[in-house]
Amino acid sequence: MSTTEPIDAPMNATPAGGDVVERHRLSTRLWHWTNVVTLVIMLMSGLMIFNAHPRLYWGKYGANPDYAWLQIGATQANTGFLRIGSLTVETTGILGRWTDSNGQVRNRAFPWWATIPQGYNLASARRWHLTFAWVFAVGIGVYLIRSLWNRHLQRDLLPSAEEVKPSHVWTDIKHHAKLQFPTGEAARHYNVLQKFAYLLVLIILIPGMILTGFTMSPSLNASTPWLLDLFGGRQSARSLHFIFACGIVLFILVHLLMVVLAGPINEIRSMITGRYRLPKEKK
Amino acid sequence: MAKLLTRRSVLTGLGYGAIIGGTAGLIFSPSFHDMVLSTGERLAYRSHRLIGRDALAPEFTEADLSPDFRTNGNTMPKSDDYQRHMDTGFADWKLKIDGLVAAPMEFSLAALKAMPARTQITRHDCVEGWSAIGKWTGAPLAALLSQVALLPSARFLVLHCADDFGGDAYYESIDLVDAFHPQTLLAYTMNDQPLSVGHGAPLRLRVERQLGYKQAKYVMRIEATATLAGTGLGKGGYWEDQIGYDWYAGI
Ligand code: HEM
Repeated sequence: MSTTEPIDAPMNATPAGGDVVERHRLSTRLWHWTNVVTLVIMLMSGLMIFNAHPRLYWGKYGANPDYAWLQIGATQANTGFLRIGSLTVETTGILGRWTDSNGQVRNRAFPWWATIPQGYNLASARRWHLTFAWVFAVGIGVYLIRSLWNRHLQRDLLPSAEEVKPSHVWTDIKHHAKLQFPTGEAARHYNVLQKFAYLLVLIILIPGMILTGFTMSPSLNASTPWLLDLFGGRQSARSLHFIFACGIVLFILVHLLMVVLAGPINEIRSMITGRYRLPKEKK
Repeated sequence: MAKLLTRRSVLTGLGYGAIIGGTAGLIFSPSFHDMVLSTGERLAYRSHRLIGRDALAPEFTEADLSPDFRTNGNTMPKSDDYQRHMDTGFADWKLKIDGLVAAPMEFSLAALKAMPARTQITRHDCVEGWSAIGKWTGAPLAALLSQVALLPSARFLVLHCADDFGGDAYYESIDLVDAFHPQTLLAYTMNDQPLSVGHGAPLRLRVERQLGYKQAKYVMRIEATATLAGTGLGKGGYWEDQIGYDWYAGI
């Protein structure tokens, strides 16, 4: 199940372009797709929760009378806006003021097509969010432990000393810029930028989402008060929760783009069945 | 040529299909909300009670106080009774504690203020996402409960309030862990001033490890009960019954 030997090449032989190899373990595949579904639910229900109070603050407290560093809203003149600090962008139709699926104009932050549920309902959004949060947190927890245990993290995701040398990273950046993807034997492993991206998501962004989420719980503030100190207060944790979520969205966009560029059928099949056909060397 | 469609990949595919199909079926079933989506609340309640049953909510300093503590919910109870109490400065207002207690009692505001008081600077978190820090003084609920002596069958305290939404009086409820928690107060002072009408005069609950809608304002009566089934529509609070907020609001 977790063998990385090529399937039809003789043992010990170096696989070449065109060979099919085992690429992803069952644990990776299960986590990956569970996480895709869970994350979509978390993001969309999270946007609905944000809609209940579309303002973000730094510090221990923050409410309507206090300065919000980020705000989404609608003006008296019926335009939607996004304000970050002193920078205001008009966003009518997408953020702040938009038309719902029944043709009704709404003054709400995130539009109906981006939220769970689609009509304003904080109670329901919280239930989705706080139930699937368990799947999300248990999933990444089990996955990280499993990946340490079977050395997936150390072997496949942690870059080697050679790979983190600036010259190597720079070469990899140039290859990405020219849309040159590794072929043959070299394609059996993640490249260094890919490793950085996966580690960023697995070690920083997803755990960061979970810990800042914990920090917003008044009950956990009592039992684990050090989290408040770590993130600088409940409203700072709420802001960071949102910023980490934006980081994950950004990762997903780049991730999907790379999957499409690298050959989506072979790539996605590898994440479903585990088997991957090494791209052929250029003649 | 490798076989890409092996028996195992077909079985794996069928497995994924079953998971996706099952999930879709669940999502569109009517009981999904009630059954599956209350899992988060149940797990949070159990795990929070397990890891921090008696933990104290963080307390802050005067320097941390919100310059302007906004109000929320009702800010002026409409009933004639309440208006009369307001006009007389709550002089003959009484808090009643009854239900599953050995000795039902009534407490005047003066009697509550004569009891040993606790002052705490804590953060109030609205379910919508904002927070405000305020200073509260009040009588610990535990002290009142020891006077009325809860019966062994009591499991919850239901707070009945003077304000209403379209004729439905506000109510909330807490379990006995929160009821006897040292920071759970019936507060009559906020930021060193008598509690204002907007913030719940003459008496509001502070149950510091839960969200704002649990902090019942205008508390008139506290009823000890064995279950929440007989209160409102049975979910334990006005917003719980009306729009489905979780009864356990520790997150
Ligand atoms: C429909 C959306 C998605 C598709 C089609 C997709 C596809 C893929 C594919 C094909 C790979 C393997 C890449 C390779 O073998 O070189 C992969 C790996 C990975 N993806 Fe996704 N992905 C999706 C969404 C996500 C999301 C939402 C996340 C999390 C934020 C995510 C995180 C990861 C991670 C961490 C890996 C590396 C897994 C490991 O080796 O441990 N993906 N994805």
